Amino acid sequence: MKHRHIISLLMENEAGTLSRVAGLFSARGYNIESLSVAPTEDPTLSRMTIVTNGSDAVIEQINKQLNKLIDVVAVMDLSDGEHLERELMLVKVSAAVAASEAFKRAMAVFQGRFIDTSNSTCTVELTDTCVKLDEFLQAVGRDQILETVRTGASGIARGERILKL
Amino acid sequence: MGLTEELAEELSGAEIAVRCLQEEGVEYIFGYPGGAALHIYDALFRQDKVKHILVRHEQAAVHAADGYSRSSEKVGAVLVTSGPGITNAVTGIATAYMDSIPMVIISGQVPSTMIGEDAFQEVDAIGITRPCVKHNFLIKDVKDIAPTMKKAFYLARSGRPGPVLVDIPKDISFQKTTYNYADPIHIRSYNPPGEGDINQIRKAIQLLMTAKRPMMYSGGGVILSGASAELTELAHLLGFPITNTLMGLGAYPATDKQFVGMPGMHGTYEACMAMQHCDVLIAIGARFDDRVVGKVEHFNQVPRKIIHLDIDPSSIAKRVKVDVPVVGDLKLVLKQFLAELRSTQQKPDAAELAVWWKQVNDWRFKGGGLKYNNSTEIIKPQYVIEKLYEVTGGDAFVTSDVGQHQMWAAQYYKFTKPRRWLNSGGLGTMGFGLPAAMGAQFINPGATVACVTGEGSIQMNIQELSTCKQYHLPIKVVSLNNRYLGMVRQWQEIFHGNRYSESYMDALPDFVKLTESYGHIGMRIDKPSDVEPALREAFARKNDLVFMDFRTDPTENVYPMVPGGKGLSEVILDPKMPHPEVEDL
Repeated sequence: MKHRHIISLLMENEAGTLSRVAGLFSARGYNIESLSVAPTEDPTLSRMTIVTNGSDAVIEQINKQLNKLIDVVAVMDLSDGEHLERELMLVKVSAAVAASEAFKRAMAVFQGRFIDTSNSTCTVELTDTCVKLDEFLQAVGRDQILETVRTGASGIARGERILKL
Repeated sequence: MGLTEELAEELSGAEIAVRCLQEEGVEYIFGYPGGAALHIYDALFRQDKVKHILVRHEQAAVHAADGYSRSSEKVGAVLVTSGPGITNAVTGIATAYMDSIPMVIISGQVPSTMIGEDAFQEVDAIGITRPCVKHNFLIKDVKDIAPTMKKAFYLARSGRPGPVLVDIPKDISFQKTTYNYADPIHIRSYNPPGEGDINQIRKAIQLLMTAKRPMMYSGGGVILSGASAELTELAHLLGFPITNTLMGLGAYPATDKQFVGMPGMHGTYEACMAMQHCDVLIAIGARFDDRVVGKVEHFNQVPRKIIHLDIDPSSIAKRVKVDVPVVGDLKLVLKQFLAELRSTQQKPDAAELAVWWKQVNDWRFKGGGLKYNNSTEIIKPQYVIEKLYEVTGGDAFVTSDVGQHQMWAAQYYKFTKPRRWLNSGGLGTMGFGLPAAMGAQFINPGATVACVTGEGSIQMNIQELSTCKQYHLPIKVVSLNNRYLGMVRQWQEIFHGNRYSESYMDALPDFVKLTESYGHIGMRIDKPSDVEPALREAFARKNDLVFMDFRTDPTENVYPMVPGGKGLSEVILDPKMPHPEVEDL
């Protein structure tokens, strides 16, 4: 039985750390649905959010193997408890699509923001869970979209559960 | 300027790297020079504490450092140049990684200003070694060399050991800075385990005490942790049957009556059956790999409780479900087991254990103690190993290459001490044996070192006979020459309808003349009656390398055998030998 898991890592903010993590996933045949990484308030640390899927045994191995990497400082499987996740998406559509009632309705429902327009195009920004963003794309219709770019999920645990050194 | 800074010396990066090797107590570094490493070679030349051993191929440098480490528990050290220097070393590094051997490899790199420009002899050493090292470092500042070297040695030897690479660009190797090796190391993300959780240990003991069919299964981790004495004590205290994996041979004396031999693909009948049918299995520094448990679904068919002791949490529950995991340094964990057993005075049920031993001994009887169909006409490979064991008094350092000869050496040489059996168990690297024997001979001067090999494997690093001559290494090469890549031939016989695709060895050199041309002694042995006299003569030559070319039966197969994709209890016994029927579970 495969489950989706969202795993957060704190790792040394050094060249090569990302490739150690990415290399681990490809070498051991684990899936990556998305991966996002940036430095934290402590510039020596980066925080990575990985969305993956696998059986319980595979997820256990992923957590252990990540912990084993020397540059990985801390690992938290956010799926073990209540957590929040957000993903940023930018979508470019034609001006005609942007003006359509259906598109405006979707923008209202999913709380999108117009961030750029040109004579012929329009770009919007949405921040939500991965599932909600998928729903937005479905609501708009794939053939109506010129370009999509997504950051992958960022995750954080709810309440007092904190991933920090 | 402070006092310490005034006293601190200004050294070049290369000099610092060599000073670090001295501080770490490195006696020998195995390597091969080249452009990007020349400053380091120059620094080596200008000191005499660290002796450099010039091999003939970088792969051999790594295997030699590996054999040095396996036979001594010290950290191996290697020095190679950039580009082909490091790519040649990769097979050796992967070999050490798979078997968790502590090692530091220094590689020269093109100048940092030229990295990424496809410079002459440039290769991404960090990228190419990443999947087969415990960790690696690219030096970007000369100030980082000393702390990085210190980290490298610490990482290599602590926790689950492994190879660590330090890549030093040429320009950084001649920049200067103050040298200071005194700073303690702290790696915030790395805390190797010590003792095990006492509650888990109590749970494990409870399980062991209620077992009806208990079994101990120990691997290379016991040797790496230096825990052979504790393991032996625990086994004697419990009275359970015990098996050692290919990597764990010697951790428990093979001559002891509780020892049931090696498990797995070419393990004994009794070890395979006892592993399969036990109801509580305690795994100690072993990792349930495919060559040990066979088809995992078949292994899981029998309900049994598993206790797993290991320093690496990722080894636990990787292939089989584990009921009681204990993470820790095995030497400490086994001491905890012993203390807990002694203080609580718990003992296994003697009557239940006797019933189980009756079953194990029945299997032992059926297995026939690895008897083979000996001959007076043609040399049987097993016979050579039996005689090697006798002639060396069971006390040699034995390295092997990979294939049938490796399995026969593991089966017929009864290792009674740890760190005596050196083989590439994980990666299965042909060409390991001779250079590993060199490393073992350097760190154990005066000891008997034998390399069991075949005519296929030995040719993968035969150039090292030249290194052996240069450094007067009196290794005894025991080559089981059957004119086939024997293990490949065996699988082709059994699984591929006798189609021996590319497994014959044609156009073989005259190994006697070849050895003589390197300045050593060569012997060719064709008759079974000459095997023992030849071995005695060779091993009596304490100061000479002797290459023994034994012409063995090309049709001999390794048995018992658990065929690939089969379960442990589907083990096949030697069809040429009688096997009495016994009652099975």
